[in-house]
Amino acid sequence: MKKIDLVIIGGGPAGLSAAKMAAESGLSSLIIERNFKIGGQLVKQTHMFFGSEKQYAKTRGIDIAKILVNDVLKYSDMIEIMTGTTVVGLYKDKVVTLLKDEKYIKVKTKAIIIATGASEKVLAFEKNDLPGIYGAGAVQTLMNVHGVLPGHNVVMVGSGNIGLIVSYQLIQAGVNVLCVLEASSEIGGYKVHASKLKRLGVDIKTSHSIKKAIGKDYLERIIIGKLDDKWEFIEGSEEELIVDALCISVGLSPLSNLLSMIGTEMKYVSYLGGLVPLIDENYETSIENVFVAGDVCGVEEASSAIVEGYLTGLVVAKKLGYIHPNYDKLYLDFKAQLHNLRSGPFGEKLRRGLEEIMR
Amino acid sequence: MLNTNGVPDKKQIFSRFPDKKYILKPKAITECYEEIPCNPCSTSCPFDAIYIGEDINTAPIVDFEKCTGCGICVYNCPGLAIFIVQELDNENARFKIPYELIPLPIKGETWSGVNRAGEVITKVLIEKVSLTEKQDKTALIQVLVPIEFINDFITIRSKL
Repeated sequence: MKKIDLVIIGGGPAGLSAAKMAAESGLSSLIIERNFKIGGQLVKQTHMFFGSEKQYAKTRGIDIAKILVNDVLKYSDMIEIMTGTTVVGLYKDKVVTLLKDEKYIKVKTKAIIIATGASEKVLAFEKNDLPGIYGAGAVQTLMNVHGVLPGHNVVMVGSGNIGLIVSYQLIQAGVNVLCVLEASSEIGGYKVHASKLKRLGVDIKTSHSIKKAIGKDYLERIIIGKLDDKWEFIEGSEEELIVDALCISVGLSPLSNLLSMIGTEMKYVSYLGGLVPLIDENYETSIENVFVAGDVCGVEEASSAIVEGYLTGLVVAKKLGYIHPNYDKLYLDFKAQLHNLRSGPFGEKLRRGLEEIMR
Repeated sequence: MLNTNGVPDKKQIFSRFPDKKYILKPKAITECYEEIPCNPCSTSCPFDAIYIGEDINTAPIVDFEKCTGCGICVYNCPGLAIFIVQELDNENARFKIPYELIPLPIKGETWSGVNRAGEVITKVLIEKVSLTEKQDKTALIQVLVPIEFINDFITIRSKL
């Protein structure tokens, strides 16, 4: 059985930052990543990020990924990276089982940081399985990673930051975005993103949603409609639009299945996107030395995932006897950054959600 | 309405424009009306002319005495929510706007001028296009806009 002090599950912004900070403290780790390369969702984000300089604000997501990956590669003697590897089992005695190239591998560890991120929510409507109907993440992967257009005439469902940003990226790629549908009576994301779209001629239709998709072998048309204040379709408000792609961006859900498997105490918190683990102020779950970082304990921005990664890397290292020379200063700084990122009106739901899972 | 269609109202727009005496020189207009956690405009300004402070959720405030209209904040704003405006004379205003679409305009061309609702309102002259490495793929376009559209113009669209 392979032995390593720290296993980090997920090579996105939270996992990479955790590995870096653990290594800086003197603790070696193994990063396990399901995808073929590390960087997480950042590798398809072509827009500039918000936040402050400490979280690489104004840098494009793709470039933040490069920074975080390079940071980790600098510690190649301390950080081992396994890509194309899926965690299939997580046990209370801190045995992690992996599947790589059809091979089953067992790893015994002292601490685990779970940084698996989140997955996109789906939306139920008639014929929602027609080819041409994508999640926003899939559109970004196709378009921004592989250079393939998802379609030529697209409607976006959802006006959160992801829906607004991906609509803008579609326009940058030369795709016609007919409109953005938002079930709520107000735009969900930052208004600067909404204004950016509106000035390019894209209507954001609040109190509207998709009713059904139409097409034989692939998406050909959609029926949209206006919603009343109970989110029911108003009869006679239907409108038919000719599209060859539909992009669904109705929120994210924490990928917390592994936590349920190892048996940490969990709670369903809608403010955080779904089922999340109970944590203490250092992101330690109810099982000692099992930590979480990033969207898996509440969906928010990559900026906070990075800081949570740094924080857990720092704390786990100390618990295992590797104390960073600047521990106190860094600890307070990471805490202050998280507080700052969450203290505005957009952080309100998140703050309430996090209160619910504090142990 | 900003919250329902992304278009700020006149009152919001005017609240970000300085007194007439300042605008005879180029000044930054920050159209960031919400409290969101973001501060690159403030930290990138070489003249300390944009204030946000410790709490990065604070909306930016421009000190028009200090602002030189250099345009550095324009391409550093992740929300593309800042532009530079100057009242040139009785006929024209000069804008510097961020632009991230291709094709880029070319100096001397005439393009459509567009308002915040996405409607074409006038014709504008492209005076200068800059895209240096430090701008990181956000071009800065200098355009001449008829003065009557100084509070309405926001971006450009397709060569005429």
